[in-house]
Formats: sequence, structure tokens, C-alpha cells
Amino acid sequence: MTALAQNRGVGVQTPRRRGARPSAGWIGLVPFTVYALLFLGVPAVLAIASGFFTENGAVTLANFSTFADPTTQKDIVGSIGLSAVTAVGGAIAGAVICYALLAVKPDGWLRTTVDAGSSVLAQFGGVMLAFAFIATMGNTGLLYAILNGIFGAGAFSSPLYTVPGLVPVYLFFQIPLMVLTFMPAMEALKPAWGEAVATLGGTRWTYWRRVGIPVLAPAFFGCAILLFANSFSSFATAAALLSQGGLIALDIKRASTSETVLGHANEAGSLALAMVVVMIVLMSVYGVLQRRAARWGDR
Amino acid sequence: MTATEQSTTPAQDRALTPIQAAPAAEPFAPGRAGRAPRFGAAPSRPTAAVILVIAGILFLLPMVASAIFTFQANGGGYTVGHYLDLVNPDLEYNYDVLFQGIQNSLILCVLTAVIILALMVPTMVLIEMRYPKLRRIMEFVCLVPVTIPTIVLAVGLVPTYSVVAQLLGSDAWTLAFAIGVIALPYAYRPVAVNIAGVDVRTLTEAGRSLGAGYVTIMWRIILPNLRRGIIAAAFITITVVLGEYTIATFLGRTTFQTGLVQVQHGDPYVAVIFSLLALLFGFVILLIIGRFGAIRPRTKD
Amino acid sequence: MKKRFLAAVAVTATAVVALAGCASGTQAGSGGSVKTLTHAQALTAKSADDFGGMAGLEAAAKKEGHLNVITLPPSWANYGKIIAGFEKKYPEIKINSENPDGSSADEVAAAKSQKGQSTAPDVFDLGTAVMNQNLDLLAPYQVQNWSKVQDDWKDSTDSKWIYDYTGLMSIGYDTKKFPKGIKKLDDLLDPQFKNAVAIKGDPTQANEALSAVTMAALQSGGKVDDIQPGIDFFQKLKQAGNYLGTLPTQATVAQGETPVVIQWSFNNVGWGPAAGSAGNPNWKTVVLPGTGFGSYYNQAINVDAPNPAAARLWEEYLYSPEVQNLYLAAGAYPAMLPAMKKDGTVDKAVLQKVGDAPSDFVQLDADNAAKASALLTAKWAAAIG
Repeated sequence: MTALAQNRGVGVQTPRRRGARPSAGWIGLVPFTVYALLFLGVPAVLAIASGFFTENGAVTLANFSTFADPTTQKDIVGSIGLSAVTAVGGAIAGAVICYALLAVKPDGWLRTTVDAGSSVLAQFGGVMLAFAFIATMGNTGLLYAILNGIFGAGAFSSPLYTVPGLVPVYLFFQIPLMVLTFMPAMEALKPAWGEAVATLGGTRWTYWRRVGIPVLAPAFFGCAILLFANSFSSFATAAALLSQGGLIALDIKRASTSETVLGHANEAGSLALAMVVVMIVLMSVYGVLQRRAARWGDR
Repeated sequence: MTATEQSTTPAQDRALTPIQAAPAAEPFAPGRAGRAPRFGAAPSRPTAAVILVIAGILFLLPMVASAIFTFQANGGGYTVGHYLDLVNPDLEYNYDVLFQGIQNSLILCVLTAVIILALMVPTMVLIEMRYPKLRRIMEFVCLVPVTIPTIVLAVGLVPTYSVVAQLLGSDAWTLAFAIGVIALPYAYRPVAVNIAGVDVRTLTEAGRSLGAGYVTIMWRIILPNLRRGIIAAAFITITVVLGEYTIATFLGRTTFQTGLVQVQHGDPYVAVIFSLLALLFGFVILLIIGRFGAIRPRTKD
Repeated sequence: MKKRFLAAVAVTATAVVALAGCASGTQAGSGGSVKTLTHAQALTAKSADDFGGMAGLEAAAKKEGHLNVITLPPSWANYGKIIAGFEKKYPEIKINSENPDGSSADEVAAAKSQKGQSTAPDVFDLGTAVMNQNLDLLAPYQVQNWSKVQDDWKDSTDSKWIYDYTGLMSIGYDTKKFPKGIKKLDDLLDPQFKNAVAIKGDPTQANEALSAVTMAALQSGGKVDDIQPGIDFFQKLKQAGNYLGTLPTQATVAQGETPVVIQWSFNNVGWGPAAGSAGNPNWKTVVLPGTGFGSYYNQAINVDAPNPAAARLWEEYLYSPEVQNLYLAAGAYPAMLPAMKKDGTVDKAVLQKVGDAPSDFVQLDADNAAKASALLTAKWAAAIG
């Protein structure tokens, strides 16, 4: 492939277009950069920096004392745990569904249905999702009504209103998100490789072990990281189900808009900073993983 | 990708292929005649069917439970009365805000999708073509919005939006900028994966060596290859807009979700009906877009 | 793809044109009214007289054409009917009701973040704690019936706020599930209430939840300046397995997931048979005997209201006997109730149905509120686990 690039200078005329090529490209990056700075950079910096100020504008580190609070620590563990479980679970389940979708005609109705369904469900959240799960898995929901009918009233309590109970609820939007973002990677598996492995005498297991999984690994981990971040900062659904908190996102809401405990609004900033730190750590791990997996690509 | 290299004689090939290929060949052929069956990657039809059916049931269950609720008469028994409430003229005023919100959200869908497609995708392709070292930075930038909780981001958006309000007014459509940022992480991933699978540099070089200008290359060579990723990104953006609540609340605009919350306070049954209808509506729209996008002939990979 | 792009451009163009016609704005009055005020003058108007009487106020408000209210859920203290009534009386003024789920803190945050924009809230309905921290956001204004509200229920020095209504902390429950009823607080520790009892959120976050804990404290022998017995009660409730840690809504009450809810009486009433087909017909509201606990909310006007005349008209509307009776019908005791009982403007049938306001009930003053929130911050999470 690089040979072609090197051939460029040999007898092939490359017509000059608008201006000197190397510098023209930078202009193409400007619109997005401006947009990102205005609507992402500025708010992000403001939001995180608020953790370093008091309500009156003085610089302080006092907001970080919230991390000494055992409740905050428990909530951090809860958030990371919930996000990790739903990210890994969602990634695997989503990958399995993508795998199944490979057997389906790519431009057919079933595939389009699954795509449309995944898109719609990936963002279905908040109060409505919470209520749908209350109606399904709550103490008086479909499932428990059946279970309690068989085993006697009060035999089972719904786990829905605890942090672990959020796992099925979160998976409901994590899995479609995975399907949506990972499917292009699955489709990029060229049939030629399958044929090549077969030609070389490999089984399907060999194909997956030596070709499929290594090729898919970077995309898989990238999507898993997205799922983790999605779950980590997700708020509305948890707020509807867990009235007593238990996650960092809920703590942030509580700190910034509490009616009863006033004066801690900027702790939200320090909590947000903690979340960003967690994400940076994760992204670094992902970067390392990707560099190792990149051996399989031509990058 | 380089696994095809081996040195066998044609005779050995003929000897190997019929025997070894048998276990690897899958008993299916979903494609039209002329498409090579996939070896190795795709599962068998029955396996796929089982997986998809189980997934379908699990995902429909909460929807069904919600739907059952909408038919419950309070006090026991079942009724379609709640659906009739939707068209009851006395209660129309309650739903005003919801319809306004739906209108705003639809406009936002279009605008946000345009922002993502017009800003993010060309930038990603440009980076891929000319500045591959910036890829990591782009990925990070596009992941940041989801790492910062939306409510905190909304607080940070306040100063920017006071400027926006002076320049462009306080109408709902100006939310498109903020929601575009929120949608970036989700829209980035499918396009990135697609770009990784398409060798953009080679295609560009090929196009240039055949005398095409950059616009032609972009429009006729690169983008058609990225169709899958772009459509997926557009899908995700639309659903992000339809599901977004926090920023709209914080900046005081009416969108579908804020309207839904309003209605929920008056009549929970109607609110659940509306949210199910919204899901259905979104599903149908995306189905139509998806079929429309699938009609064009696929470029062979 | 081209088609899609063109379609998108077309829709965008239509949208821009359509929305451009929707911009709200305040305009100076121009003829035909008793006194016409500029926007700046309207912002500082202290009573209807500054507009030249109610007619002038109404004309100025109609010219503005919009009113932004915030955190007024339709089923809360009959705000649905109250808002509808205003829109019927003044069809030229369109009400934009934002963020019904918000708290008082959200109102203040919205006022600050949307300062100067046309969507900023015009009027507030605030809890006392938050209001006391944000007095600089409020504009002084005296409604025409100012004198009908007793002095300690309004801001007698600056006229910046006035009580609007209170409820009493009550227990709402489904009579079908619990036919024996609830006579005292400790009844809730009974095993039949497994996974049944919910409060409106987290007491370190929401005023209504804090009030529930305070009520529990008062019923368990505590006092307003020490709500530890309330925290203890909820701990016992949790240990008995009866405490449900989710946010009850009208939907969960109708569906049956939260069969016992401790919240303001006007909310419990509003989610029951009074809500017609949207409510739970078996829902009964009971206020336990003993010292009642209430909390007056406060009406106030945004000092930077984008629609100042409409804001002031809204206040006048609220403090008229018709609307005060609407509050009462929902079980929220309005601030003008004692005066209305004296001069006979109260709706006697409604008063009969809802029950008279308790003669003694307690509220949390600023000190006790601070003590309560400090205690909760320290002890609540551990107690509820």
C-alpha cells in the first residue's frame, strides 16, 4: 500500500489545487475546533474549575473534603462498580448480538429493524425507563407478581431500588448502544480473511482466535469504554429509582441543587473532577491496549 | 490482513481446499447469488435466530409491562379510557406543552444531525487523510462530553449560552449546539470504526492519481464508503436529541422530554402512553431512514 | 444522501422562519391604557397603582403576552387548574411552565443562569431556606390584598415575599391494600407494610423529604430543634424491611408500587380520587393526630423578570379569593384563609370537605432548619444504609 504512495512522483501528474497543499489542510480543522472550544472546552473547564472555588469566588481546596466522607467514598465505589459491570456485560452481550446479526442480510428488513430498535432504545432513559422497569421488576411488577403468586406474597423483594438492582436497567440502554457502535467493526471483517483461514486449514475457532478477536479488540475496547463513560455519568434513570442516592452522579445533583443542605454547590465541581480523573485513567489504559492491538492493523 | 501469503502449488491447493473447507463452510447463504459466503465469521442461522429471539423477548418485556399499565383502570380491571383521554378536548391544554416539545425536538434532531455530519465527519476524514497523529486527540475530544456529567456541563454552558442568547435568541433550536456536543461521543465511535475499516489513504491516493479533486474524492469515494458509519452516527444523534433532558431543563427550553415530564405530573397514564408512542414513532422514522439508506447499491469491499 | 441533505436544509429553513415569529419580547405600552410604563419602570413597579390600577396592569401584561413560571407541577396544590384559569381569564398571555420537577434551588439556578434571556422565570414559589439565601433576586411588590395576610406571613419590611400556601405532612395510603388504615406512626412498622413506605426523595436534597423526617420526629417525641427521633424511626422502618428507597410519583401510586407515601397533604389529595381517571381511587390521606407539621412556601417576583407586568398580574391573580379557594380545594391552606373565613369569601363547601386548617402547627424556622440539615447530613445516610 505504501508502494502506491511512493509511486506518486513517478510520471504521474498531480494537478495543483487551491494553493499550497500542506497549509490548506489546517483550515479544514478550524470549524470543528472552534465549535469544540466554545461548546465543550469552555464549559468543561468552567465546570471542573468550580471545584476550586468557594461560593463567593475565593480559591480553596475545601471542596475536596467531600472525598473524606464515607458516603462519598461508598458512592464512588458504587458508581465505578456499576459502570464496570454494565460496560463489560453490555459489551459482551452487544457483541454477541452483533455476531448474530452477521448471519442476517445487511440490507434486509431484519437488520434495519434491529438498527432502528437499537437506536431508539440506546437513548431511552430517565423516568420513563425507570417506570417501565418498575412495572416489570418492581415489587408489584409483572415478574414479581408472578413469582409472589407462586411462592406466596412477600416471598421476594425486588432488588430494583439498590445500586446492584440498576444493572438490568442500565443494560437496557447499554446493550443497544453497543450494538449500534460495534456493528460497523463487525462488518469490517472481510470475508477474504475467513476464506484465507479456511484455505490454510483453520477451523472457526482458529479464525476467531487468530484473526477475528485481535482485529476486533481495539473497537471492542473502545466501545466498552464508551459504555463505561455512558453509565458513569448517567443520572436521570438512577434519580428516578434511587431516591436516597448511592452514585456519584446523584451526589453531584444533590450538592448543586439541594433545597435543604445549602452552601455545598461547588462540591459538585470537585466530584466532577474526580469523575474526569477516573475517565482519564481509563482512557490511558485503553490507549495502551490499543497500541498493543494495533500490531494487527497497518497503523 | 496478511494471512493470505503462503506458497502452495496449485495442486496442493486443490487437494487441501475440498477437505479442509468442509468443516469451515457454514450451511447458509444469506446473500444474493454471486456473494461469497463468509467463512468463519458469521454464525449459523439457527444460532443467530436463537440469540436474536432471546434478545428480542428480553427487550420487549419492559415495553409490554408499560403497555399493560396503560390499559389498567385505576381500581382494577382494564380499560381503553386512557387512550381516549388523549383525544379528549377538555384535556387538550395539558398536552400543549408536549406537542410544543415534540415540535422543538424534531427541529433539534435535524439541526444536531447537520452539525455532527457537517462538522465532525469531515474533520475525522481530514485527520485520517492528512494528520493521522491527531487521531488520538480527536478521540479524546470526542469522548470528553460523556465523561463530564451533563448536569455539570450544563452549569458550564450557562455563560456561553448567555452570549448565544444575545446573538441568536433564546429559542429552542439554539440547543442544537449543546446537544451536538453531547452527541459527539456516541456519533464518533461508529464513524471511527468505519474509517478504520476503510483504507482512506489508499483510496485518496487512487483518486488523486486518477485526477480527481479533493471534493470529488470526498463526495464520490470516501463518503459512500463511510455510509454505514454515517447512518449509524445520524441514528444515534437523533436518539440523543430525543432522549436529552438535563440541558433542556437547565437552560429553560421545552423539548420532548421536558414536555413528557410535565404531562406525567398531570396524568401518569397519558405520559406512559406518550413515551411508548414516542418510541414507536422514533423506531418507524429510523426504519424508514434506514431503508432509504440501504436502497443504494453497496460498493463492494 | 443528497436527498437527505436537501431535506434537512429545507426543514431547517422552515424551522428558522417559523421560530423567528415566536420570539417573545417585552414592549413598552403604547396608548389605550391608563398609564403606560417602559420595561424598566415595570420592573420596579411596587403595586398595581404604579400601573394606574388593575386595568393598567392587565393592559401592560397583555402587551407582554408571555409569562414564565417554574417548578409548578400541575398536580401540586392544584396548579394545573390555577394555570388553566389564568390562561382562560387572560387568553392574550401565554404561560410557559418550565421544569415541573425542579426544587426551589433549581428555580434560583434558572433565574441566575438565564438572567437577561426571555426564558428566565418571572415568578417564584420558593421554600423558605432557599429564599432567605437569595433575597437579592426578589422584587418588592404588594398585591392589592396585601393587608389581608397577617404580618408574620409576609415580608413586612421590604415586601419581597409573601406566604402562599402550606400543607400538613400527611400519610397517603391505598385503602384496598391496607383496609385497617393507619392510626399512628408506629403502625407503619407492622410487617404488612413490607416494602411499602416511601418519602419524596432524600432529606438532604428535598424539602418535602426533610419535612417527612421532621413529622416523624414530632410524632416520636422529638422537637423541631432536634429531629433525631425522626431519623431513628426511619432506621427502624428500614430494618423492618418496610422502607422503600424509591421516588414515589403519581404513576407509581396509580400502579401500586408505592402504596404508602409520606408527603404534603395537598399532594396526597391530588394523587387520589380528586385526580379523576389519572389518580388512584382508593387513595386516602390521613393527617396523624398531634402536633401538625407544615411549611409555608413563598411567592416572589424575579427582580429581572423578562415579563414584569405579567409577573405582577400573576401575583394579583393568585391572591384573589377564587384562586385561594382553588388552593384550598387541593388541600393546601392558603395564606389568605383566616381573612377569607372572616369576610365570608371562603368556599364553605370546600372547607367542609377538606377540613379546617389546624389551629396549631409548627414550621421550621431558619435556625431549626440549619440544625436539621446538619443532623441529616451527618446521620441520614448511615441510618438508611
